[in-house]
Amino acid sequence: MTIDTTHAPKAPLWTRLPVVHQLRQSVGLQRGMLVVGLVLTGIFILTAIFAPLLAPYGYSQLRDDSGPFGAQQEPGGDHLLGTTVGGYDVLSRVIWGSQTAITVMVIAVVLSIFAGVALGLVSGYFGGWLDRVLVVVCDAVYAFPALLLAIVMGIVISGGRSGLWGGIFAAAISITVVFIPQYFRVIRAETVRIKAEAYVESARVLGASNGRIMFRHVLRNATRTLPLIFTLNASEALLTLAGLGFIGFGIEPSSAAEWGYDLNKSLSDVTSGIWWTSLFPGLAIVLVVLGITLVGESLNDLADPRLRSRRAPGKTAGIVAATSVIPGGTLAGGPGGIDGLEAGLPAHDQHVNDDPFEAK
Amino acid sequence: MSAQSLPDVVRIDNLNVTFATDGGAVKAVDGVSLRVAPGEVLAIVGESGSGKTVTAKTILGLLPETATAHGAVILSSKDGSNSNDVLSVSKQKLRQLRGTDVSMVFQEPSTALNPVFTVGWQIAEGIRAHGEFSRKEARAKAIEILGRVGIPDPESRVDYYPHQFSGGQKQRVVIAMALVLDPGLIVADEPTTALDVTVQAEILDLLRRCRDEFGTAIVLITHNMGVVADLADRVVVMYEGKVVEEAPAQDLFSNPKHEYTKRLLGSVPRVGHGTVRATARLQARECDWVNQTPVVVANNLKIQYPGRLGKPGFTAVDGVSFSIRPGEVLGLVGESGSGKTTIGRAMGGLTKVTGGSLTVLGHEMNGFRERAFKKVRSDIGFVFQDPASSFNPLLTIAECVAEPLVVHGRAANTRAARKRVDELLEAVQLPKAFGDRYPHELSGGQRQRASLARGLALEPSLLIADEPTSALDVSVQAKVLELFAEIQAEFGFAALFISHDLAVVDILADRIAVLYKGKLVEEGTGAEVLGAPKDPYTQRLLASLPVPDPATQALRRDELRLLRAAR
Repeated sequence: MTIDTTHAPKAPLWTRLPVVHQLRQSVGLQRGMLVVGLVLTGIFILTAIFAPLLAPYGYSQLRDDSGPFGAQQEPGGDHLLGTTVGGYDVLSRVIWGSQTAITVMVIAVVLSIFAGVALGLVSGYFGGWLDRVLVVVCDAVYAFPALLLAIVMGIVISGGRSGLWGGIFAAAISITVVFIPQYFRVIRAETVRIKAEAYVESARVLGASNGRIMFRHVLRNATRTLPLIFTLNASEALLTLAGLGFIGFGIEPSSAAEWGYDLNKSLSDVTSGIWWTSLFPGLAIVLVVLGITLVGESLNDLADPRLRSRRAPGKTAGIVAATSVIPGGTLAGGPGGIDGLEAGLPAHDQHVNDDPFEAK
Repeated sequence: MSAQSLPDVVRIDNLNVTFATDGGAVKAVDGVSLRVAPGEVLAIVGESGSGKTVTAKTILGLLPETATAHGAVILSSKDGSNSNDVLSVSKQKLRQLRGTDVSMVFQEPSTALNPVFTVGWQIAEGIRAHGEFSRKEARAKAIEILGRVGIPDPESRVDYYPHQFSGGQKQRVVIAMALVLDPGLIVADEPTTALDVTVQAEILDLLRRCRDEFGTAIVLITHNMGVVADLADRVVVMYEGKVVEEAPAQDLFSNPKHEYTKRLLGSVPRVGHGTVRATARLQARECDWVNQTPVVVANNLKIQYPGRLGKPGFTAVDGVSFSIRPGEVLGLVGESGSGKTTIGRAMGGLTKVTGGSLTVLGHEMNGFRERAFKKVRSDIGFVFQDPASSFNPLLTIAECVAEPLVVHGRAANTRAARKRVDELLEAVQLPKAFGDRYPHELSGGQRQRASLARGLALEPSLLIADEPTSALDVSVQAKVLELFAEIQAEFGFAALFISHDLAVVDILADRIAVLYKGKLVEEGTGAEVLGAPKDPYTQRLLASLPVPDPATQALRRDELRLLRAAR
């Protein structure tokens, strides 16, 4: 491409990255929400990555050199957050649990996003009987409770035994089944809308193939609302995993750490005044879901110009934007007036303060 | 005016309005001062973005949250008993003022009315919001006002829903809603832009009656200089947020002082200007031109949209026959719903032909198959109505213009097509550098040029232009039309030019075809159709078109009245 000399210098690359761009754009409460969400999510991801370094003990460790940990130890000393009824270190279990959680999220999102988007695109673009069948199927899937499905999946995948991957896939696949229809619906609705836009018609008039229109013109314009469902999907995956663990279909403590399982085991502790075994895994679940949801919510608000808040302008702030793109007004440029056009700058970085006709 | 003793209904002093946008603060109105006397029609004209709508909305306190206004907008009631500064009164007081002191007529009547309530209910709603009225009294008032704005049989039609009215009647209902509390001022934001030209004439008559019978002052916002000439007493010209000229209508049209006003008036298309050019072009053609094989032949063309189950379909085009010879521009004129866009879409293979015959470049469109037509497509260019939506917002202009070249295998990819794209952009007088911009970074006129460049990329022998200038400001429109004419002369393609504006078609077309309710009522050269129209509909269409000259327009108004009476 030729280098555009009349163009204002583009902002540095890092400020145009998806989340960074929105962060810079936001103000006030929206910025606060986004920052809180990003910090929570960031801590979660870093914890998952560096779990082996951060955790003082292994997730299934019951004893160290000085002997067994002992059950239901109060926080303090060797065990910062105490130990569970089974004798595990609570802090280590919470830290290792983040690894399991993030695995489920990644698998669930990857499995559902591609299938859902592809189906939605094809269904919305071509319409007809295929569209009708897919819509009915998706409506039917909505009627399925995700947790029930996850239990069935758990039995199918691992025969009810709760190994690491059996538990992870049970949660991930049940989430996939429930979330494919959501991606499908959103993408299909956007596709149907975009299909009627003039630029798609103009591509059809040119004789562009269906594949080209779908992927070059429709798909990229239809992905606007994906971040929101993406984050919903991730937090739902985590909740299902925790739910499975809580009702006893979780992953055995010997194969991985999992917050829902720990909550289940701490049920009886609550009545006997042992708060630390239930508080910390529960807090971990709440904070991660909250963080991800906040990010999704604020990205969604920022993407919509009607919901986006802006800094209030000062009393006499602002300059009259040159609404005419050609200096001296639209009447000056144009046919025979290309000189005026070549020197012209785009509307948003050019400001005319003086009367353009004064000189004449 | 009539009552010198009364204060101005609205006086705006040094108004500044600033919007908070993503790109920082933008000033839309910059130190505007104006006043409107009782019973006066003040027109505010200017191109889009000149601040005219923002100024008018400030009078009603209807600015969005992102806007901050400074200055004074003093609104007085009709009898002059009290005055308020709209910018500083409480929200509650502002609500009282709206409707009683000032009200608004919107551009699009079909969106200004709530579709789930009867019009009577909606009018009564406004009445009951401003004082104690029983249901019966409010209804009686609604019936009375509907009658006064010219809705026939108001007693029964008060219970109709908005969709049961035609577009012009809907606008009458909107005006009735504005008038019902007898405000001193009506702000009319482009009240006739969404309407057909024959309906526009009727609504302008009604607005004139508002002033004469109700004594209401009107702030008329418009970009149509013909409408201004027809209705306005005084004109304010705005440009980039400032008032550049203010004068009585007669003076402004006969003796514009500011450079911008002069150019604005100069760019208004007038019927009859194109006839000379068309004659010159005709003489320049070879003598056997008439006998050449036409590019497009329509023979008793019928296009029907399928109806709902059990209901007959809607016939959009009914037995239309015409032909376009090589290098000829056919102007297709008609009101909304006349089927003109349908014909254009059928020629581009976007709508199915259901009867008769339509041959495009030797290819029969009745029984259309996409595969067989694909080769022909490279010989057809299409320019869409709305430049804002006809470009993929995620592709640069260069990528958009290269699309046809890539699709038809003339270039391997966008980069390889870049040289040709640059040539095309220069042909439509856009700088090469614009190729790297995104569509939203261009103005409407520039986008429409780029759209033209895309249409011309494959050097088609036929170009279909569907209302290419109707979304543009009049000043921009003039330039785009001029460019179109230049390029047509240079490339020599045949063209179907679709428009609702006779004056626009006149500038470009060799021949003009007039459509009315799916039927072709008149066809001929510009001189024939515009000079001596035979069909009564064409006569009415021509007479309804307001001309930008108050004195002439007053005469034409009387002619139109006679024509309507004769019908």
